[in-house]
Amino acid sequence: MVRAMKSNIWNRKHLLSMRGIGQEEILSILDTAASFREVNHRDIKKVPTLRGKTIINLFYENSTRTRTSFELAGKRMSADVINMSVASSSVKKGETLIDTLATLQAMNPDVVVVRHSESGAQEFLARHLNAAIINAGDGRHAHPTQALLDILTIHDHLPIMGREDFRGLKVAICGDILHSRVARSNAQGLATMGAEVRFVGPPTLMPAKVEEAFNVKVFHRMDEGIEGVNVVMMLRLQQERMTKGYVPSVREYFHYWGLTRKRLALASETAIVMHPGPMNRGVEIASEVADDLERSVILEQVANGLAIRMAVLYRLCTPGSRS
Amino acid sequence: MEPVPFVLIQGGRVVDPAHGRDETADILIENGIIRAVGRPEIPRGCRIIDADGLIVAPGLVDMHVHLREPGYEYKGTIASGTRAAAAGGVTSVAAMPNTKPVTDDPSVVGHVLEKARVGGIVNVYPVGAITKGLQGVELTEFGLMLEAGCVAFSDDGATVADTGVMRRALEYARAFGALLIQHAEDPSLVSGGCMNEGVTSSRLGLPGIPVESESIMVDRDIRLVELTGGRYHVAHLSTAGALEAVAGAQAKGLPVTCEVAPHHFSLTEEAVDGYDTYAKMAPPLRSEFDRNALLEGLARGTFSAIATDHAPHDEDSKKVEFCCAANGVIGLETLLPISLELVSGGVMTLSNCLALMTYKPARLLGIHRGELTPGFPADLVLFDLLESWQVDSNRMCGSARNTPFHGRKVRGRVKKTMVAGHIVFEDGQ
Ligand SMILES: [Zn+2]
Repeated sequence: MVRAMKSNIWNRKHLLSMRGIGQEEILSILDTAASFREVNHRDIKKVPTLRGKTIINLFYENSTRTRTSFELAGKRMSADVINMSVASSSVKKGETLIDTLATLQAMNPDVVVVRHSESGAQEFLARHLNAAIINAGDGRHAHPTQALLDILTIHDHLPIMGREDFRGLKVAICGDILHSRVARSNAQGLATMGAEVRFVGPPTLMPAKVEEAFNVKVFHRMDEGIEGVNVVMMLRLQQERMTKGYVPSVREYFHYWGLTRKRLALASETAIVMHPGPMNRGVEIASEVADDLERSVILEQVANGLAIRMAVLYRLCTPGSRS
Repeated sequence: MEPVPFVLIQGGRVVDPAHGRDETADILIENGIIRAVGRPEIPRGCRIIDADGLIVAPGLVDMHVHLREPGYEYKGTIASGTRAAAAGGVTSVAAMPNTKPVTDDPSVVGHVLEKARVGGIVNVYPVGAITKGLQGVELTEFGLMLEAGCVAFSDDGATVADTGVMRRALEYARAFGALLIQHAEDPSLVSGGCMNEGVTSSRLGLPGIPVESESIMVDRDIRLVELTGGRYHVAHLSTAGALEAVAGAQAKGLPVTCEVAPHHFSLTEEAVDGYDTYAKMAPPLRSEFDRNALLEGLARGTFSAIATDHAPHDEDSKKVEFCCAANGVIGLETLLPISLELVSGGVMTLSNCLALMTYKPARLLGIHRGELTPGFPADLVLFDLLESWQVDSNRMCGSARNTPFHGRKVRGRVKKTMVAGHIVFEDGQ
């Protein structure tokens, strides 16, 4: 298979965003992930691949799902995984990062997986640390492993959609684009794969000059935005957006931008529904859609997350795989 | 060295924009005062400074500098700030009032002047606050502060956002002919933003500040100038929209002026890519469209000054996540070479360029500096127009390192800086 031959093209030290990551690199990660998926279905779900490697999960923001996914990924490959949760409430913003640097450096980890509420925090750490940095989400900026697992999930469904690859595939990313790192990383990754990406949401939740920044089409009306698309990716809307004046109420938001069964009927017949989680049922998505196993691939996303994170950890930890 | 009454700066290319002079000439200085420019007779015992191959110009006047003292000595002091100024050929600085305490009272003005007299090596002119504590509510004592030595008023760092307060300030300032300098950013549009709003902010996922935050404030203030007749100056103007408004006001004959900072006409928002906190300041670096508008404004003569907004910071304030980092960049040591890019780039002549850093800001502030007129203090800069060098944030003369120009290859090197006839900086010394 052609793709298998390309699996040695990964030569990055860090995974900070999807920007500049080429199609072949993405495909090679999907390949590696596919091979790790098999491990996750064994009786004994452990391989010695990363024995002796140290991975630190450094989470400045709570995220049980992402942290657990990385933790399990590391452990299934026999790495030593340490979780560091940095409570940011008591400490002044900005002080924690520089202070943590010294501590981290002393532990000499191979990989540091970082989640942070400020855009760019991981680039800061990457400049100052020897370890490889995996961005597990920074502010509004990027969440590359989420994009990779979403691409893998869509990739799995291409045959059902009657497609061989991503070219011309229509993907609608819907909701709070402005505050979403998932939207940004997916837009970049999917565009690289050849998909046609749409951003759908109210104008107040759309970043400035977004068409130019991400090469997407923008729709403010949900019904127009998801018409005929192959993938509907819903984003979480945080309650605080109501009080900050981005949208007036949950009721109005759900009425115009919530994904209901009726609205989903406007998409392609074989369209799949995705959500990075955690969902706000009745805010951006109706339960009737979220729980519809015919359309919703939300649980597959979780399973693929594990495989993708194993693949990324493997690539960053194993010099041979990135030489 | 024995003090000698007479010094002759000999054989340099003398560029004195105030008098339209650009020729090889000598400058005779007696007891720190310019006596003659041209081919004066050389008095007995005169010390001669050879300026062959160098440009000799009035010492530069920077009308927008943060010296940080009193209160923020860990970021910079009057001593370190004036040292950076001297290294940049700047002989007079207007010191912004956002210190601790704020320069909102004649006694603080006196304190700054005394500190400058003792520890400063260039001329320091305090700018007083428009409102007490920069709170935007109560006016300061313009009259008494002018008498104490203030040259203008500004709430810089903050904006006088309340329209009624700005109206009263412009009105009251007329009693003294005082100049009000506005840091024009509508706070409710800035609202947590930390870079220009546009393609780059969207890509980087950083909250953006729209250009309208500046132009709306300038538009409003110009209406108030029409109402009140007060003298109004826009600090570090950064947008095409605000520039258009200022040009329109000038066409109407209103007392409206503006300055531009070197980083705004030489860099764009793309410098923020990689989350470089040394490229973070307020107002932020704008788009190429705005930058080009600023260059046009410079060519057309809309600006009265190039001013650095020199803002030294300690490393702890910059070595943090981008949004948490302090606003501000240093600029005194790069003012001249970055501005000379306007000359090499064909935007303006050397004389017009130097005018924006010499007599024009000096006259705005009403200070007797910035021109080579007999009877004026001998504030001079001698520089090599063509010598190239590379900006290195680790080798700045002031105490701070936060330059956005690190690594940039520039031309134009200051060789000597003189304040009232005394050499305060010499290259390689
Ligand atoms: Zn300012």
